[in-house]
Amino acid sequence: MIAPRPERERGTAATVVATPLVPLLEMRGIRKRFGELQALDGVDLVVNEGEIHALVGENGAGKTTLMNILYGLYHPDAGTIRYRGREVRITGPRDAIALGIGMIHQHFMLVPPLTVAENVVLGDERGGPPLDTRAIEQRVRALEERFGIVVEPSARIEDIPLGLQQRVEILKVLYRGSELLIFDEPTAVLTPQEVDELFVIVRQLRAEGKTLILITHKLREVLAVTDRITVLRQGRNAAQLVTKETNAAEIAKAMVGRELKELKARAATGTSLPILQISRLEALSDRGTPALRGVDLVVREGEIVGVAGVGGNGQSELAQCILGLRPVTEGTITVGGADITRDPPKRTRARGVAYVPEDRRVEGLVLPFTVADNFILGKQDREPYARRGVLEREAIAKDGDRLAKDFDVRPPNAKVIVGTLSGGNQQKVVLGREISESPRLIVISQPTRGLDIAATEYVHERLLEQRARGCGILLISSELDEIRALSDRIAVMFEGRIVATLDAADATEDRLGLLMAGHAEAASH
Amino acid sequence: MELLIGAGVIAATLRLATPIAFAALGGVITERSGVTNIALEGCMLFGAFFGILAADKTGSAPLAVLIGLLAGTVLAAVHAVASVTWRADQIVTGMALNILALGVTSYLNYEIYGSGVPSGVPLLPALNLDFLAGVPFVGGVIGHQNVLVWLALVLVIVLQLYMFRTVAGLRLRAVGEHPRAADTVGIDVRRTRYWAVLASGGLAALGGVYLTVADTGSFTDGLTNGRGFIGLAAMIFGRWTPVGALVASLIFGYGDALSVSLQGVSIGDLRIPVQLLSTIPYLLTILAVAGFVGRSRPPAADGVPYESEGH
Repeated sequence: MIAPRPERERGTAATVVATPLVPLLEMRGIRKRFGELQALDGVDLVVNEGEIHALVGENGAGKTTLMNILYGLYHPDAGTIRYRGREVRITGPRDAIALGIGMIHQHFMLVPPLTVAENVVLGDERGGPPLDTRAIEQRVRALEERFGIVVEPSARIEDIPLGLQQRVEILKVLYRGSELLIFDEPTAVLTPQEVDELFVIVRQLRAEGKTLILITHKLREVLAVTDRITVLRQGRNAAQLVTKETNAAEIAKAMVGRELKELKARAATGTSLPILQISRLEALSDRGTPALRGVDLVVREGEIVGVAGVGGNGQSELAQCILGLRPVTEGTITVGGADITRDPPKRTRARGVAYVPEDRRVEGLVLPFTVADNFILGKQDREPYARRGVLEREAIAKDGDRLAKDFDVRPPNAKVIVGTLSGGNQQKVVLGREISESPRLIVISQPTRGLDIAATEYVHERLLEQRARGCGILLISSELDEIRALSDRIAVMFEGRIVATLDAADATEDRLGLLMAGHAEAASH
Repeated sequence: MELLIGAGVIAATLRLATPIAFAALGGVITERSGVTNIALEGCMLFGAFFGILAADKTGSAPLAVLIGLLAGTVLAAVHAVASVTWRADQIVTGMALNILALGVTSYLNYEIYGSGVPSGVPLLPALNLDFLAGVPFVGGVIGHQNVLVWLALVLVIVLQLYMFRTVAGLRLRAVGEHPRAADTVGIDVRRTRYWAVLASGGLAALGGVYLTVADTGSFTDGLTNGRGFIGLAAMIFGRWTPVGALVASLIFGYGDALSVSLQGVSIGDLRIPVQLLSTIPYLLTILAVAGFVGRSRPPAADGVPYESEGH
């Protein structure tokens, strides 16, 4: 198979080749741990002066953590940072700014009721105590002319669109004389036209001699605008690539990992009876941008349908729409033939839909509650757990102990506070609660994120058991291996659409990788 | 007509609006920095009691102002530590401090004065503008107002300029709207909020000092009688600006003045229900808070403790 090479708009390829003796930025062996999670496990990042460097990886790969360390928002547990060859300690944003490092945050750091000019100079007003609005606006206008970034300085931030707000973020950084600009997922909130305009600005900045780091997981953008690529996966370096010598498939492979597992041979249990039917589903993201743009999907009884895709392409929103946790703007969802498009979660669950959310600590469990109390969440108002609004403590405790044993929760004691359990045991509590209701459909997101091998296998076995029972399962995962090992069919999501649905047997890693990167033509190869 | 807009009623309006305006100015400062301070009522009570106590014991009215102001600032400092450093619930802390202030001042008042009141206390003088004596209306309204009334009016202008025309004011507003944005450009969120909370306590205390050392010359338990809270209402009605807070305070003051001047007055057989009239300002406040009187939006981070991201 020949990977298609996307077109690249590159004017000055020669600038890429010249590698200075000392890189502008050298981060070595960076480690950072958050509680149980080893977010960064010895990561290296080397950025040369005057290049656009892509830092890519899936959600949770550690990109943003690494950049927050560089900007002084987090302090690393280990590792060194060299800037212009000199070892530096960055204890806060002020240190970073002083070095000439600026960050364009994903969630803009702008004060909405203040004007563009006020936001640009805030904290570095150069004058005062009286606030000379005219002088400030003139200074900002001069800056805009120098870099060709135009926004009306006297406009209020809350009155201008996101694309322009981002320009203000860029101006803020340039105003402080930054030489190295970090863009954190800069296109996440932009329309396609705004993305094109951003890329014009990005190239202009490189022409001005600035160095840029682009954090993203969108391969099209990486190929369109960057010079070199560092790929992170699960807190480690996965690859170092030169953009013009690589392609989407290679980057995607590095992002999702390529350890191959034997596919288990399984008897087909799928009937032709559809349990979940989704048609032309549309919904908005939290930011109000389109997250789902017409999703069509069917899950049949006794079938596992895997949803593959690079994180952030609408998978989370899809699960939330099915459960009734996110308003549907267009399209329909039916379960067993009944329309549940606008049903609240309680009614949807009453139809036999179980849900294992992607973040068990936030959505799946009440951490300060006991295992037993977590087991009855969602059925706490029904017999035998409650009678006339009063909880039946004995029944709850008895069932808690039985479920804890059935689902191998360790320690097997339902009086333990869930928050003190390990991630794997917490997931067993969620899974146990959902499965014990004998659902007809399970919607499960990132079922094994953060789990060790044993717990992962346990979860997988339970899911296959449910499939054998005739339950339909929608499996959303960023682990391609997991999807390939469990699914009967695999749907690939890209930018809010299902770009292809493949039988598991036809879904090679290469094909999935290309589809995940948005190359829809790979479906027909 | 004289009873509605006569010089006497308008002069009373100014007098009655002054303590409310001081509290409202304090509210504007602290909430613009992102900290709610309902302990303004307690700060005012502290100012009222320690002000008159100082006037009695030192025999100096200016010193009384200073000590009353300090007392309110000390109480506000407790609120600052709890809400900025410890990130406690600001409403709970504020309410606790109000109860504390009521208890402390009532206890000390009983211990020191028993059931009597201090006598021969020096009071803050009125500013007699004799050259206005011949001017109709104006002379009657501002010819003999207390120095603290004038101080309140001056502070309104000073704070309005500070907030919207200085670099420090810009930073204060940024901290109250989006503390993380302010933090990422190197503004010290904690320090900004500390100063704002301390200033709010001092301002509210001045309102209390006015009540005792300028107005009544004596202290009774719970003397402030909710004026600190009314100041907060004036702050909301005035859309979190000093000038707006003053206008709102004047409306409240006018309501109070009317209920005094219309007492016992009848139109034909109808006795004017003054208590009902004096509720109008509060109805206006409810409408303002509900958004019916134009846009009235608090600072975005008002009442939200700030935790810097560093680990």
